[in-house]
Amino acid sequence: MNAFDRTLCIFRREFRAYFATPLAAVFLVIFLFLAGFFTFNVGGLYERNQADLRPFFQFHPWLYLFLVPAVSMRLWAEERRTGTIELLTTLPFTVADLVIGKFLAAWAFTTLALVLTVPIWITVSWLGNPDHGAIVVGYLASALMAGSFLAIGSCLSAFTKNQVIAFVLCAVVCFLVLLAGFPAVLDMLRSWLPEAAGDRVARALGSMSAMTHFDSMMRGVIDLRDLVYFGSVMIACVFLNILVIDWKKAD
Amino acid sequence: MTELIVARRLEKRFGDIHAVRGIDLHVPAGQVLGFLGPNGAGKSTSMRMLTGFLEPTSGSVEICGIDLANNALIAKREIGYLPEGAPAYPDMTVEEFLRFIARARGFTGAEATRRVNRAVDLVHLDGVRHQSIETLSKGYKRRTGLAQALLHDPKVLVLDEPTDGLDPNQKHEVRELIRKLGGDRAIVLSTHILEEVEAVCTRAVIINRGSIVFDGTPAQMEAKAPVSVTRNRLDWVFRSLTTSDVRGAVKGAAV
Repeated sequence: MNAFDRTLCIFRREFRAYFATPLAAVFLVIFLFLAGFFTFNVGGLYERNQADLRPFFQFHPWLYLFLVPAVSMRLWAEERRTGTIELLTTLPFTVADLVIGKFLAAWAFTTLALVLTVPIWITVSWLGNPDHGAIVVGYLASALMAGSFLAIGSCLSAFTKNQVIAFVLCAVVCFLVLLAGFPAVLDMLRSWLPEAAGDRVARALGSMSAMTHFDSMMRGVIDLRDLVYFGSVMIACVFLNILVIDWKKAD
Repeated sequence: MTELIVARRLEKRFGDIHAVRGIDLHVPAGQVLGFLGPNGAGKSTSMRMLTGFLEPTSGSVEICGIDLANNALIAKREIGYLPEGAPAYPDMTVEEFLRFIARARGFTGAEATRRVNRAVDLVHLDGVRHQSIETLSKGYKRRTGLAQALLHDPKVLVLDEPTDGLDPNQKHEVRELIRKLGGDRAIVLSTHILEEVEAVCTRAVIINRGSIVFDGTPAQMEAKAPVSVTRNRLDWVFRSLTTSDVRGAVKGAAV
């Protein structure tokens, strides 16, 4: 078997595992319910009288903030707790096959949740004349955001056999990654530090925040810098994840 | 005879703990090796190094002549491994789990079905085939682990306490199975039951505090007990080699 077949084998098992337990149903229902609630009741999709999906997408980072850790926490912590990590790593797989297969399965699962929101797209298309390009970019930004959070969560899950710890760590780190881009946070930094340095630090920190890149994509344009940002977060976390499993698989 | 497992000067340290202190093991085809030792002696750690779960601090392992550290992917194909406690995915059914293992071993389609059927038959899992693993009794769980290890008909079998938690009938069945599997395979199994060694093993290795303290046939092991010991002679030898509380511990026992 080549690397692709091996990764696919892990992917299939993992993806099916979501549906073997109520996890998939609970996650999908809650995601769809909350996405709808925020879009209509908080974002005021109808009241705005604009045919776009900004009110829908703008709450996704906050939804992912606690829903993604719920998916990622089990990725490795559960393998450790049940001891199946010993089985997996003694089968003819490389650690990279396992980490990438699991990550992609989790990402496919959250992407499925996202795809199930397409009726909302249909709704605005029926009500008005939205910019479909911007909506496609919005979906892409949302999927990339979820993927980045999952990569962070998967990596953190590899450190522990306790799923609660994995959940909390992931939520906190993702929160910091979001928070770093907030004007309030950046302004605070600017006021603390000397003017020139403060501005530079604020700009550097802002560019490392997922929120900055998410907002930038919300404008409906694909900027290479945003794609590179999300891509590198995922690749770096998956790589670190592989190292962690390699080093600490038996602990 | 070809040596299917060759371990050279295996050492494992966990921080300050020196768990395995230089183990040499050559297991030819056809041998069933019983790995004995008190809890914490380093049995599981050694088996984990033989199967590639743990990397040795120093020393090397060859499986069917393939270096495990440098060619892990190829070497692992030749090994069937039942880890301690027979871990498996609780949410999967026995069938789904074995199908996953079959795929992981590179079998698809009719060949995968044939392999799964054969493994299910070998360990008598037919009655629980479509039951999820978390609902299985300890005995069935253990047998699912065995089926998983046997599925690809490996040259090398490493079984960590294969009969632990089984009732006497199931123990008997598993022993029969291991005897039957012997043939041209190299089998390493760990156990706490000394009669098991007499019943199925052609070689016994006792490990204590990370070192091998006895290596020989079960008959040779028994012969180490003085004539005055009439019952549980293997137990006596085991205790004399792994504790200091038996008077007149066997001289020159270390190999």
